[in-house]
Amino acid sequence: MNAPTRPNDYAAYPDARGRFGDYGGQYVPETLMPLVHDLDAAYAAAKADAAFQAELAGFLSHYVGRPSPLYFAARLTEHFGGAKIYLKREELNHTGSHKINNCMGQILLAMRMGKTRIIAETGAGQHGVATATVCARFGLPCVVYMGAVDVERQKPHVFRMNLLGAEVRPVTSGSATLKDAMNEALRDWVTNVHDTYYLIGSAAGMHPYPVMVRDFQSIIGREVREQILEVEGRLPDALVACVGGGSNAIGMFHPFLNDEGVKIFGVEAAGSGMDSGRHAAAINGGRPGVLHGNMTYLLQDREGQIEEAHSISAGLDYPGIGPEHAWLHDVGRATYLTATDAEALDAFMLLSKLEGILPAIESSHALARLPEITREVGKGGVVVLNLSGRGDKDVNTVAAHLGRTI
Amino acid sequence: MSKSRIEKRFADLKAEGRAAFVPYVMAGDPDAETALAILKGLPAAGADLIEVGFPFSDPMAEGPPIQRAAQRALSKGMTLKATLGAIAAFRAADADTPVILMGYMNPLVTWGVEAFARDAAAAGVDGLIIVDCPPEEADPLADALDAHDISLIRLATPTTDDARLQVVVRRTSGFVYYVSVAGVTGVKEADAAAVAPHVERVRKASGLPVAVGFGIKTPERAEAVARVADAVVVGSALVDEVAEAVELNEDVTGRVLSKVGALAKAVRLARRVPA
Repeated sequence: MNAPTRPNDYAAYPDARGRFGDYGGQYVPETLMPLVHDLDAAYAAAKADAAFQAELAGFLSHYVGRPSPLYFAARLTEHFGGAKIYLKREELNHTGSHKINNCMGQILLAMRMGKTRIIAETGAGQHGVATATVCARFGLPCVVYMGAVDVERQKPHVFRMNLLGAEVRPVTSGSATLKDAMNEALRDWVTNVHDTYYLIGSAAGMHPYPVMVRDFQSIIGREVREQILEVEGRLPDALVACVGGGSNAIGMFHPFLNDEGVKIFGVEAAGSGMDSGRHAAAINGGRPGVLHGNMTYLLQDREGQIEEAHSISAGLDYPGIGPEHAWLHDVGRATYLTATDAEALDAFMLLSKLEGILPAIESSHALARLPEITREVGKGGVVVLNLSGRGDKDVNTVAAHLGRTI
Repeated sequence: MSKSRIEKRFADLKAEGRAAFVPYVMAGDPDAETALAILKGLPAAGADLIEVGFPFSDPMAEGPPIQRAAQRALSKGMTLKATLGAIAAFRAADADTPVILMGYMNPLVTWGVEAFARDAAAAGVDGLIIVDCPPEEADPLADALDAHDISLIRLATPTTDDARLQVVVRRTSGFVYYVSVAGVTGVKEADAAAVAPHVERVRKASGLPVAVGFGIKTPERAEAVARVADAVVVGSALVDEVAEAVELNEDVTGRVLSKVGALAKAVRLARRVPA
C-alpha cells in the first residue's frame, strides 16, 4: 500500500464507513449488517447523550474504582537511568485490568438497546471475567466463548466466570484459541439476532467496535493527560503500551494523537522470536487482509489462510490487530516494537522485585522495551507506560518457565 | 459469456417450469482428485448450477459440516489457485453448467481482486458469492468482476428489511441468494412456508431469480422449497456425505452423487405439483 499522509486531526477518524485510511470497515455476513448498523446508530446516540455519559462515569468511579493512579516508578527509573517512568495503574481497576472500562460502557449500551443476552469471546480470560462481572452486576445472562486450548491453560479464570454466573463454552473448531472463539461468538450472534448483544473486548472487529472500544478505553489517556499535567506540568515525551488487539494501547494513545511531540510506542508479542515464525506480531510479521469484519494487518500464509499466533501471553495471542493501530503504523504516527516471551518474563521479574507490583504478562511486553525507550527519551524526559493488567493470573505460567511447581 | 450462462440456465428452467437444483461442494474435499471427480459427475447426477466452496481457515458463517470440510481440504493443501484449476478442468468437459465460487474475502485480497477476476473468468467461473463482503465493501470487487462479466451474487436474509433489500440488490446480476434462516449453514431447518413471501419480495425487488439455501437437508425439504423458489441450494448435507464416506471408507464420489441424484429428483418432482 502507498504510504498515506498524516491527517490534520486524528480525532476525525474513522470516516463514516468506519475506515481508518485503508483499514477497518464492515466485512460481515449480510445477516449481521442490519445489526451493526443498528449498533452504530445506537452508539452514536448514546455517545451524544449526557445522561448516558453521566451514568457511565458514575459506575466507573464507584464500581470500577476510577481514576486509576498515575504512579512514579522511582526505582525502575533509577534502574534504567534514563527518562522518568510513570505507570498508569489500570491493574488496580475492579477485575484487575483495563478490560472493565469497555465492558461497563458496552453493557450500559446493550441495556439501552433493549438487548437481554450478552455474548463475548475471551483469550486469557480477562475480558471474559470483565464481561461476566458486568453481566452479574446488571442481571443479564452471559455466554463466553473461549478456545478449548485457553480453557485448559486458564482454568482459574474459567472458574471465576462460572462464579459470576457466566456460561463458558469451550471452542474446539480451528486452532481452538482466541480467533476461533471470536468466530464462534459471531456464529452465535448471526443465529440469535433479536435478543443478543455481542460484547467485543478489543478495539478490533467490524465498525463500530474499533471506535466504540477506543472511546470507552480513552478514559485511560484522558486521565493520564490530566494527571501528568498536574505532577509534571507538561505532556509526556513518550507513551508505551502492549498491543494484541490493542484496546489498552489505543485507549492511552488516542487522547495524545494530535500532540505530535508525544512519541507513541506499541509493543507486539514476538513469542519465541520474530525469526522463529512463532509470534503474535501482526504489524511486524504480517500483512493487510480481512478477518473478523475488518481490514487490518494479519498473520497469514501466502494463500491468505490465517495463521495461528504464538505468545506466552494469552491476551496477546491473536493473529490480527485493531485497524486504528494498522493505520497509525502506516502513517508513521506510532512505532510498533516487539518483545519476546523471554524478554517479557524478565520484565515481569524486574517490576515485581523493584516496585512490588506483579504486572500482567501482557503488560510485561511493554515493560520489556523500557530500556531503549527511556534511553532514547533521555534523562529529564517523561515516559508513561500503561500497566494494563495485574500479574496474579500469570503466576502459574511464570512458575512453569522458571521450572518451579507451585 | 459468463453472466449469460447463468441467465440462459434460468431461462431454460423457467421454460421447463421447474426450479434449479444447486449442489454446493467444497473444493479439495476430501482431496483434490476425489473432489474433481465429484465436480465432473454433478451435472449428470442432476445439478443445474454448481456452487464450489473454496476453503478458508476462519469461515465465520459456516456451521460445523462446512467448517470441517474446509479443514479437510486445507489439510490436504487445497488452494484458491488449485480451485480455479479444478473449475477449468470441469469447464473443458462442460460448457453449459454455471459454476459459482463461494467463500471468504481474505484469499481474494491476497490474490488481488482484479487479477483474481481475470483468472477466474479464464477458468470458467460464472459467479461469485463472498460471504463476508456486504454491498458496503463490495465496490472494488464488483468493478473487477464486471470487467470480466462475472456475476457478484448477493445474499438477502431474514434480517433484510425492504429498505435494506434495495441496497442488497444494487449492482447484482445472475440471481439473488436468499439465506432462509438467521444462522450458520447446516444447523437450523428451513421452513418453505415461511420462506415463500420473502422469495417473492426479493424477486420483486431484484427482478432476478431467487435461490434459497441454508438448512435444506432432505429431499422432502428440497421439494417443498422448490415449489416456492427458483433454485434450491444444498451444501452441508452433501459435505456430511463426504465426511461419512471417508469415515466408513466408502466410495466418496458415488455416495455424494447418489445424494445429489435424490435431491435433484425431488426438485424436479416439485414442478409436477400445480402451484
